Amino acid sequence: MSAVIENHHEDHDHGPAKGITRWLYTTNHKDIGTLYLWFSFAMFLIGGAMAMIIRAELFQPGMQIVEPEFYNQMITLHGLIMIFGGVMPAFVGLANWLVPMMIGAPDMALPRMNNLSFWILPFAFLILLSSLFMEGGAPNFGWTFYAPLSTTYAPPSVTFFIFSVHIMGASSIMGAINVVVTIMNMRAPGVGLMKMPLFVWSWLITAYLLIAVMPVLAGAVTMMLMDIHFGTSFFNAAGGGDPVLFQHIFWFFGHPEVYIMILPAFGIVSHIIETFSRKQLFGYSSMVWAMLSIAILSFVVWAHHMFTVGLPLAAEIFFMWATMLIAVPTGVKVFNWVATMFRGSLTFETPMLFAIAFVVLFTIGGLSGLMLAIVPADFQYHDTYFVVAHFHYVLVPGAIFSIMAAVYYWIPKWSGNMYDERLGKLHFWLSFVGVNVTFFPQHFIGLAGMPRRYPDYSLQFADWNMVSSVGAFLFGFSQLLFLFIVLKTVMGGKKATSQVWDGARGLEWTVASPAPYHTFSTPPKVD
Amino acid sequence: MYKCLKNMHITFYICMLTFVAPIARADWFALNMTRGITDISNEVFELHMLIFWICVAIGVAVFSVMFYSIYAHTKKKNPVPAKFHENHKLEIAWTIIPFLILIAMAVPASKTLVKIYDDTAGDINIQVTGYQWKWQYQYLEDDISFFANLSTDLDEIYNLVPKGENYLQEVDEMVVIPAGKKIRFLITANDVIHSWWLPAFAIKQDAIPGFVNTAWTIVEEPGIYRGRCTELCGKNHGFMPIVVKVVEQDEYDEWVLNKRNEAMKLAELTTKDWTAQELVSRGQEIYDVNCVACHQVSGQGITGIFPALAGSDIVMNDKERNIEILMEGVQGAAMNSFSYLSEVELASVITYTRQSWGNAEKGDGEIVIPKDIVDYKEPKI
Repeated sequence: MSAVIENHHEDHDHGPAKGITRWLYTTNHKDIGTLYLWFSFAMFLIGGAMAMIIRAELFQPGMQIVEPEFYNQMITLHGLIMIFGGVMPAFVGLANWLVPMMIGAPDMALPRMNNLSFWILPFAFLILLSSLFMEGGAPNFGWTFYAPLSTTYAPPSVTFFIFSVHIMGASSIMGAINVVVTIMNMRAPGVGLMKMPLFVWSWLITAYLLIAVMPVLAGAVTMMLMDIHFGTSFFNAAGGGDPVLFQHIFWFFGHPEVYIMILPAFGIVSHIIETFSRKQLFGYSSMVWAMLSIAILSFVVWAHHMFTVGLPLAAEIFFMWATMLIAVPTGVKVFNWVATMFRGSLTFETPMLFAIAFVVLFTIGGLSGLMLAIVPADFQYHDTYFVVAHFHYVLVPGAIFSIMAAVYYWIPKWSGNMYDERLGKLHFWLSFVGVNVTFFPQHFIGLAGMPRRYPDYSLQFADWNMVSSVGAFLFGFSQLLFLFIVLKTVMGGKKATSQVWDGARGLEWTVASPAPYHTFSTPPKVD
Repeated sequence: MYKCLKNMHITFYICMLTFVAPIARADWFALNMTRGITDISNEVFELHMLIFWICVAIGVAVFSVMFYSIYAHTKKKNPVPAKFHENHKLEIAWTIIPFLILIAMAVPASKTLVKIYDDTAGDINIQVTGYQWKWQYQYLEDDISFFANLSTDLDEIYNLVPKGENYLQEVDEMVVIPAGKKIRFLITANDVIHSWWLPAFAIKQDAIPGFVNTAWTIVEEPGIYRGRCTELCGKNHGFMPIVVKVVEQDEYDEWVLNKRNEAMKLAELTTKDWTAQELVSRGQEIYDVNCVACHQVSGQGITGIFPALAGSDIVMNDKERNIEILMEGVQGAAMNSFSYLSEVELASVITYTRQSWGNAEKGDGEIVIPKDIVDYKEPKI
């Protein structure tokens, strides 16, 4: 894809408004992207602080720092904040910044809704966090909030939790609709569907997943609300309801949600590996088909989270086979990345380091996922630290590493300045070591028999828990370095060229660095 | 190592416990799933190892190509990148081959699963009921019923004394089963969802209110096997372990006989004349096991979630309602029915709450005797 840009008339376009109103009233996709990214960073640090409390308590056997009641609030909020406040908004922020620039559009299709979908988010999380100070404490039933622990037995703050989830859902649905409408209607002439950059493809699929499943989540929490306040018995066995129904509904949302948090990462990593291999991505169309099949399969595997609830044999076998099937398209993606690197001309700048670590560590998380699909073995793995290790491997060095890779890769385009390569590499190595020291031993702890969501444990689990905690502190504090690097880059540094990376391809590299406030007011010409 | 520390200053003692104990006690080599002791658990272990080695093989294959590229195809060594970007044969191969590997994996897994799902009746059927935060075991053929509570001392949990060998995996009453017999567990719950996991038997079944899940096992080897609750069930989720003792048949028969005698003795207690003092001291034991988690030692509860009993109007002045709450639970709240406790236990624990924390002085001070509970249970006309 190559493009000819007519940039000259943009010089006299109006720039951003001054002061706080720039951010409050903005309808500019770049401003909103920035807001999303900073918001998710803040949530990442808050959720991370909670993880530090969790790991400090688990540093050794016995109750030392917090009480079990508060511990449960921490695991619940940590999960909710990292998923709904950390990873998802970060991807929406990247979509805002990148999708219009990648398809040659001047902005998102629905800019006012874009503003709304961001600005309701801080309120959702203020409500959620304020529950910490309420009578009875914050939600304490895990991020999966299984009924009836989250209904009949929940603290009063559960109502605030439900409201907060509704707001997050509304925000996600609006963001997703915006992405779909933008991609479907605003591609520059010549940018056909099968010519779209993979990040755009990954987000198109993700957006459809969001539109399909966020309303299901909203339904689940609304049913909880009805059970708690209006005397219904959807999930209350004593009233003729069905606690397992909750899990079916939740995971019908929850499994596609998993792919919502990983598909955009696939897109990002594809771009970065292509750039730093200086070689065209291997198997573009198979990448697209793989993502589509993963997305479709994600709707028929939800009960693999529920192998121990007493499903009928036929259901167990169906969900086992369907789940294993996902390994095929996922494998195709990994093979494609490796084939892209093969006989390339590799350099290892920070984004590439994060992307390579993504491929390796995400694959480890994927392989342990394959193990979890084997139902008889899952009876031993289910709800142990093995599962904790598995999903942290796909979420931390998976989703979060891809976000960090994206920040290093595109920040020269956003800010006009190069980040400090030496510090970036230091951040990578600290994070890489930290992540593995934290989560690899959790495989051992889980296989040895320690269930998840335990504030205290028997002595045979002590050694590896301590190692895991040390790793967590290393990883956690390394992220302050990331904050420093980002701030330093935003404030100054070596000026970036518009191309930035010599192997980079795509329309975003054809505009100046930093990207002008308005880009592609006239569509670029694409062959 | 604790002996030599015994006489030293208490703070130093706690420090040592806090920092040295885990290192001195724990096991660096607990890396893998254990084989367990039943045929099924062995099969599960074999499946686990099979899929594990398949994953290792895939990982090694993929990563070695990648690391080779990282080593050999750097910009320095390979300044001009290759041009290829697709290869249909290769792509078809790496779609089909993983597919075949997966089938090879899923077939034995499905076979084992069919065996696990054999749901015929057992020689002994035990109903397992999860409560916040303990397990109840009812032997359906033998009319035996008891609760198993965590027996680890609070002082161990709060690092005031050294932790015992079976810290957090010991209970006040073990489930006893005979070797060589098919035992079927009927698993359910009374309040929230729990999950009954015994790794050595490869059994993990969720205990769900309103549902009865089943699991079975045949254990040949006598011994004590330990497991845990594996579904988040509230505050003390980490403190409701499972301990099963497998014994030879004759020892089991003896145990059954003893349990029956105990039950008979308890029935006799119901008709005995009780003094307030007797009830209170018995009630305190019941309270410490069943009530203290929510209502606290001080009877103050936890503001906003668990109501205080100290100074409660019902506890002080309303004997009838007091009995009713324990028998029926409170709709829409965490307070469940405790009607499964014996008449003596209920009467003594109610009396304990009515006599403690100054309640007797501020309220009517009446005691509840087992007969009151029996009367409550009589059909009301």
